Amino acid sequence: MTKTVTDVLCPFCGTLCDDLEVVVTDDGKTIVDVYNACAIGAEKFMHAQAKDRVKRPRMQQADGTYKEVSYDEAVEYTAQMLANARKPLMYGWSSTSCEAQSVGHEIAEKVGAIVDNTATVCHGTTLIAVQDVGIPSCTLGEIKNRADRILFWGCNPAHAHPRHQSRYSIFPRGFFTNKGHKNRKVVVVDPRRTDTAKMADYHFQIEQGRDYELLSAFRVAIRGEWLPDTVAGIPKERIYEAAEMLKSGRFGIIFFGMGVTQSLSKNHNIDNAIMLTKDLNDYTKFSIMAMRGHYNVTGSGQVMGWQFGFPYATDLSRGFARYNPGETTSNDLLVRGEVDAVFVIGSDPGAHFPISSVKKISQLPSVCVDPHITPTSEVSKLHVPVAFVGVEVGGNCYRMDNVPIDARKVVDPPEGMLTDEEFLTRVNQRLDQLMEVE
Amino acid sequence: MSEYLIKNGFVFDPVQGIRGDKADVAVRDGTIVDNVSSGAKVIDAAGKTVMAGAVEIHAHIAGPKVNEGRNYRPEDKLFTYRPKGKGSRMAGGFSIPTTFKTGYEYARMGYTTAMEAAMPPLFARHVHEEIRDTPIIDEGAYPVFGNNWFVMEYLKNGEIENTAAYIAWLLRASKGYAIKVVNPGGTEAWSWGLNCLTVNDPVPYFDITPAEIMTGLMQANEYLGLPHSMHVHQNSLGNPGNYTVTLDSLKLAEKIRPNNKFGRDTVLHSTHLQFHSYGGDNWGNFESKSKEVMDYVNKQKNITIDTGCVTLDETTTMTADGPFEHHLTELNHLKWANIDVELETGSGVVPYVYSPDIKVCEIQWAIGLEIALMTRDHMRTFITTDHPNAGPFTRYPRIIKWLMSAEARKERIESFKHGAKMVDATYIAGMDRELSLYELAQMTRAGPAKALGLANIYGGLAPGMDADVAVYNFNPERSYKPDEIEKAFSAAAFVMKAGTPVVVDGEIVSNGNKRTLWVDAKTSENPQVMRDIRDKFLKYYSVNMNNYDVAGHFLTNPRVIEVDAAR
Amino acid sequence: MTKIALNLITGRTIQQGVAMEGGKEKDAYTKACGIIEMDISDLKKLGAWRNTNVRVTSKHGSVVVKAIEATQGPHPGLAWIPLGPWANCVTDPNTYSTGMPTFKGVPIEVEIAINEKVLSSVELVQKKCRGEI
Repeated sequence: MTKTVTDVLCPFCGTLCDDLEVVVTDDGKTIVDVYNACAIGAEKFMHAQAKDRVKRPRMQQADGTYKEVSYDEAVEYTAQMLANARKPLMYGWSSTSCEAQSVGHEIAEKVGAIVDNTATVCHGTTLIAVQDVGIPSCTLGEIKNRADRILFWGCNPAHAHPRHQSRYSIFPRGFFTNKGHKNRKVVVVDPRRTDTAKMADYHFQIEQGRDYELLSAFRVAIRGEWLPDTVAGIPKERIYEAAEMLKSGRFGIIFFGMGVTQSLSKNHNIDNAIMLTKDLNDYTKFSIMAMRGHYNVTGSGQVMGWQFGFPYATDLSRGFARYNPGETTSNDLLVRGEVDAVFVIGSDPGAHFPISSVKKISQLPSVCVDPHITPTSEVSKLHVPVAFVGVEVGGNCYRMDNVPIDARKVVDPPEGMLTDEEFLTRVNQRLDQLMEVE
Repeated sequence: MSEYLIKNGFVFDPVQGIRGDKADVAVRDGTIVDNVSSGAKVIDAAGKTVMAGAVEIHAHIAGPKVNEGRNYRPEDKLFTYRPKGKGSRMAGGFSIPTTFKTGYEYARMGYTTAMEAAMPPLFARHVHEEIRDTPIIDEGAYPVFGNNWFVMEYLKNGEIENTAAYIAWLLRASKGYAIKVVNPGGTEAWSWGLNCLTVNDPVPYFDITPAEIMTGLMQANEYLGLPHSMHVHQNSLGNPGNYTVTLDSLKLAEKIRPNNKFGRDTVLHSTHLQFHSYGGDNWGNFESKSKEVMDYVNKQKNITIDTGCVTLDETTTMTADGPFEHHLTELNHLKWANIDVELETGSGVVPYVYSPDIKVCEIQWAIGLEIALMTRDHMRTFITTDHPNAGPFTRYPRIIKWLMSAEARKERIESFKHGAKMVDATYIAGMDRELSLYELAQMTRAGPAKALGLANIYGGLAPGMDADVAVYNFNPERSYKPDEIEKAFSAAAFVMKAGTPVVVDGEIVSNGNKRTLWVDAKTSENPQVMRDIRDKFLKYYSVNMNNYDVAGHFLTNPRVIEVDAAR
Repeated sequence: MTKIALNLITGRTIQQGVAMEGGKEKDAYTKACGIIEMDISDLKKLGAWRNTNVRVTSKHGSVVVKAIEATQGPHPGLAWIPLGPWANCVTDPNTYSTGMPTFKGVPIEVEIAINEKVLSSVELVQKKCRGEI
C-alpha cells in the first residue's frame, strides 16, 4: 500500500514548483511515483534512491582511483584543507538549503575564504546590472493574475523551466486574466526557433549576440523615434509593431536568461533590458524578472546578502567582506591561480565551468560535496555524498522571484548518510578545535 | 542564579516616575527585582545615566526589500566593515547594515528591542530568517494589510468580524505582531501603475477608499483587542501639501475607542510623521506644516506618532509605498528596485541623498525635529528615522543631540547653504525648547513599549520587567558640550539584555539570547473566511496554502503574546 | 578535410536536465550532451551525414561530439551544444572582468571525425585535466 505526500517542493530549478505529490510506500521509506513534476523534477525524485547511489565519502588515491573513507575522515580532510589554505574558494551553494548555506558562511568567515555561488556563471551579470540600474519586478503570482504582455528574451523555458508557462506566465487563469493564454500576447527573442518560440505570437530570430542593439532599438521604438531598416537582423516595421503591442498592454513582463547574460555584452545587455522596462513604465505597468537556474541560487544570494552585504563573489580572506566581480569571481580566481584550495557544494563546476578552470580544481586540494558522481567529484581529492535537499531533508529555498518556500523531507536518506548541514556543522566544530590550537 | 546590581547611576524611568535620582537597579535571572544578595555582581554606574533598554517601534531591518537594498548597493559597504571579534561576526554596511551589524549597533546604543516595520506576508519566512541572524535584540515584525485583497473585499462589504478573523489567521501564519498599513489602496493601484493620493481615491477594481480601509482596520484591531494599535503610513507620502491628507487620515481615529487588555489607550499610530507634514504645492514653495499637524496630535489623545527625523546623510529609501518610490526615482534618477507582491502589497527601493546644501532637505530636517519639540505628551511621540528612509538608525545619538541642544541646532542651521530661506519655511529657528533626558526616556523607552502593549515587559526598570538596562557615559549634573551627548549615546558604557551583559565600554561581549515576538489572537471559528482563504490560494496565489505559513523552526525563542478574541 | 566555421551557443535542454539528474557518469548524459546540433544546411556544407562524430575546435580547446540535425531550427550558421563538459572544452573562459565566461557566441570550426569516439563526461574531464587529450 502507499501514501501520498502533498505540497512537495521540487528541488530542481528556479520555478520552485511546490505542488508536487510524491507517492511513497506505506512505511514511508521508498518513493514510488511523482505527480505534477516536469520530466526533470520527476527524474530527480525517482533517481534519488537509485541502487548505485554513492553512500560514503571517497578519497582520491595516488593512482587516480577512489577509495571509500568514513565521514570522520572526510570531516578531518576538509577541516585541515580549509584551515591550512591561505585563500580557499568555497563555491556552489545553489542546490542546498539556506540553513546549510548559513553554516558554510560561518566556516568561510572563520578560514577567510571566498564564497561564490552559481550566479557566477548564470545571472551574475544580472546582479551587476541591478547594482547599476536597479530592477522593477514583482512576484510570479502578479504575472498569473495581471500580465497580458509576456516577453521572453534569451531564454527557453520550454526546456529550462518546463512548468513556468503553465504555472505562472502563459496559461494560468488568474484574477484579472480569466481567459488564460487567450488574454496574453507572447514575444520571444531568440536566435533559434525554440520550442518556446513556437508558442509565441511573435518570434524575433535575432542575430546571435546583438541583443544590446535590439534592446536599444526597442527603447527607441517605444518613443516613436527613427530606426535604421534592420537592427540585429530584425526589420524595423516588426520592431515598431512589437513596441506598440507592448505599450498597449495593461501589465507586461520581460523574462530573460542566459541568451543575454552569457553572450558577449553580458551585464550591459541586462542593464539595457532593465532600462527598457523602466522606460515602458512611462506608458503602462511593466516588470522584469531573471529566470534563475538552480532552485536555491536565489537563496544563496539572499543569505550572503543579509550576512555579508553582497549577493555572490564575496571575498572574506582579509577578515572583512569585499566584492569585485572579475576579481573575486570563481573562474577568474581559478584561471589566475589565486586560490589554493577548492570546496564545492550543491553545484557541478566540473561540468559547467570552462575546462581551463576545472583543470585548476583538479590540481588543488579539493572537496566535492554532492549526492551524485559528477565531473567535479571525479577530479576532486575528496567526494562527500550527502542527502538530497527537498527529498531526504527539508530546508528553506528561494524561488526566482525571491519568494521563500520551505522544502519538505519526503523520505529518509540512506542509512548513516549526513545532510549538507550536518557535514558542514561537523567541519565547523573541527575547525574550532584546529584553529584554537594554532 | 545570576544577580547584578547596577549602582549609583542617575536613573530615568518614566514607568516609576524616576527623573534622574541616584538609584540602584537590581537584577536577578533576567528580571528586574527589588533587591539582590550581597553576592550580586556590581556594575558601577556612578556619574552615569541609566535607562531601560530602548524600544525601536519602526525600522526596516529585516526582509526582502531590505535585502534587495543590501545586494543592489555594494557601495553601501565601502569603508564600513568591522572584522569579526571574539564573539562577534564581521559586520558592515552604512544605511543598510548586515543583520549582524544591525544587532550590534542597536545594542551598542542601548536599544534592546526592535520592530521590523513592514513584512509582506508571502515573504514572512525571509523576515524571520533575518531576524534569526540579528543578534542580541528582541524583534517582531508587522505584516502589511492595507492593500490586501481579503481585507479590501471584506471591508468593502463592511464585514469587520471576517476581517478580524482573517487578520488573526494571517498574524498566526506569518508570525506577525501588528496591523501595519502602508499607502492604503495605493500600492494595489500601483500594480496597474496608478496610486491613491487622498483618503477618498477609490482603489481600481476593488472600489474601496483608503479612508474605508483605515477605518475598517482600526475597527478590526479593536475587535480583536491586539496589543498594538493599527500602525499607518498615510497616503501621499513625500508630496508638498500632503499635510491635509495626513489630517484627514488622523481624524479617522476620532470615532474609534481602544479595546484591549494590554494597557494601550490609543487606536492609531501614525509613523514617520515628518514625511507627511509638508505644505506648499511644489518644491519651490515647500514648507513645514509641523505646527498644524502637531496641534491636532497634541489635542487628539488616542493617537501615537513617531517622528521620522532626517539625519542629512546619503541613505537608501525603502517602503511598501511602491508608487512613491517610482516617483522618487523620476525625481533623483537614482537606481530603482520595485517588488510588487501578489494579493498583498508592493515595495520599492531608491537611494537618496539628504544634502545640507539642498533647501528641501534642510526643511525636511527641521520638520522632523519640530514634531518632537512641539510634542506635549512625550508618551505619545517616539523618536525614529524610519531607518533607513530618513537616515540610518545609527544616527539616533545625533538626533538626541539636536533635540537636547538648541545650540547644536543653531550651529547646524548656520552651516546650511540656504539657511535663510529654510528658516522662512519652518518653525525651528524660533524654538529654543530642549528635551530632557526624562522626556527622551519616555519617547524611546516607556512610550513605545506602552504603544506596543508591552508596558509590563519593556521600556522601564520596575520590578518584574525584563532586565534590559542601558548605562551611558553621560553625567546629567555636569555641564556638557552638545557633541558629548552624541558620543555618550553612540556607545553605551554598559548594556544588559534580559539579565545578560551584552555591551561593555561600547564593545559587544555576548550575542545574548534574542527572542521573536508575535501575536496569537484566538478568534471563534469562521468557516467562511477559511473557505475564502482556501479559494484564493487555489486560484490566485502562486504557492500552495500548506506551504504558506511560517513553521516553528524559523522562530528564535518565540515569545508569543496571546490575545483572547473569541466571541 | 573540410572545415566549416560556425557560431556556437550552449545551454539547457530537457534531455540534458533529465540525464543530469539520472547521473552524469551514465550513457544517457553522453547521449544528451555530447552532441552538436547543426542546421541541415551546415551539415550539407560539411559533407556530413546526421549522427556523425565531429571534432569541434575553438581558440580555447577541442572536443569530439556527435553531430545531429538541429531540433529547434532552422538556424544556419549557428551551432548548439547543450551545457556540459563537452561544450566547456571549447567555450571562452575570458570573463572580460565580469566573472562570466563567454558561454554563448564562441567562434568554432567543425570537421568530420568519424573514427574518433565521444568520451563519457568523467573520462573527458579527467583526461583533459591530466593533459592527456
